[in-house]
Amino acid sequence: MAMLHLVNKSPYDACSLNTAATIMKKGDQLLLIEDGVYGAIKNGKAAGVLKGLNISVLGPDLAARGISKDKLLDGVSIIDYAGFVDLVEANDNVQSWL
Amino acid sequence: MKLTIQVNEGPYQHQSSDTAYHFARAALEKGHEIFRIFFYHDGVNNGTRLTTPPQDDRNIVTRWSELAQAHNIDMVLCVAAAQRRGLVDEGEAQRNGKDATNIAAGFRISGLGQLIEGGVQSDRLIVFGD
Amino acid sequence: MSEETKKMMYINRKAPYGTIYAWESLEVVLIGAAFEQDVSLAFMDDGVFQLTKGQDTKGIGMKNFSPTYSALGDYEVNKIYVEKESLEERGLTLDDLQHLVWEDEDEDYAEKDSIRLVSRAELADVLAGQDVLFNF
Repeated sequence: MAMLHLVNKSPYDACSLNTAATIMKKGDQLLLIEDGVYGAIKNGKAAGVLKGLNISVLGPDLAARGISKDKLLDGVSIIDYAGFVDLVEANDNVQSWL
Repeated sequence: MKLTIQVNEGPYQHQSSDTAYHFARAALEKGHEIFRIFFYHDGVNNGTRLTTPPQDDRNIVTRWSELAQAHNIDMVLCVAAAQRRGLVDEGEAQRNGKDATNIAAGFRISGLGQLIEGGVQSDRLIVFGD
Repeated sequence: MSEETKKMMYINRKAPYGTIYAWESLEVVLIGAAFEQDVSLAFMDDGVFQLTKGQDTKGIGMKNFSPTYSALGDYEVNKIYVEKESLEERGLTLDDLQHLVWEDEDEDYAEKDSIRLVSRAELADVLAGQDVLFNF
């Protein structure tokens, strides 16, 4: 039972990224959307909690916020809305950490 | 797959209704079925036809109405949340003695059971909110 | 209605009164109880503040909905998971929360605790076993 975890808030404002990252199980996937994309910045203080996790970020949200790919943690996938739909389909369930 | 989408925030204030809209469109383009879009909390404000955004901005309400019409999507505003926030259709106006309605095309007002049913009937429930 | 039974969990992560999410979430739980699904609730992060005892809202002029939690047992909603880490981080213990119980028909209406104190790792297992996750 793989789960897709959605985080939409900046980790510098809310605890949802930390909660999601620490409750995720092996095989689960994390998708950062809206202000959640700030969590994937490589040199950010919040990035530590993401080590070893399977992470995607929503490209349109990243672009809107002026965060370039080279700022991101290594191994993060950048996807579009169609990719978001595919992730929902590929996992058994979706948890929105609002 | 069959999807139910829940939107918890109003338009413009928060990005969640934009994200929900783009997600819904992408899902439809891929041939998935949207069983229902359920608007809860301030999300019911997505269903007022009285919004007038500036001309150079997106019209979130109209965009939902057009999507619903083009793909025959069931869009439901939660009745309890709608009553609190002044979203009114003909039936609600009569029941509660209101002198106007403001519900936009393609939306209907119904109970929370519609959300539970969405969860039971769909392959996935995806929630967008704050 | 479908005859299929799904495992449904309501995840509560927001404190009461400051925003309406906690109250409107509880309204969904009460309506959802009529659907005869396999229902559970999780309280984690600031959601644990929803269950504190002694809430008194007279001074803020809002409805005190905390007594409703103690009625959940009558709606056969009796699997209430409270996350230990969230409680401890916030300086609370189980004693600070309402004592929620339900009556077990199969055991001569014996009163049983509804709250299950679980670690984050245990809650992760419970989450993984659900079919539908409601978030507000």
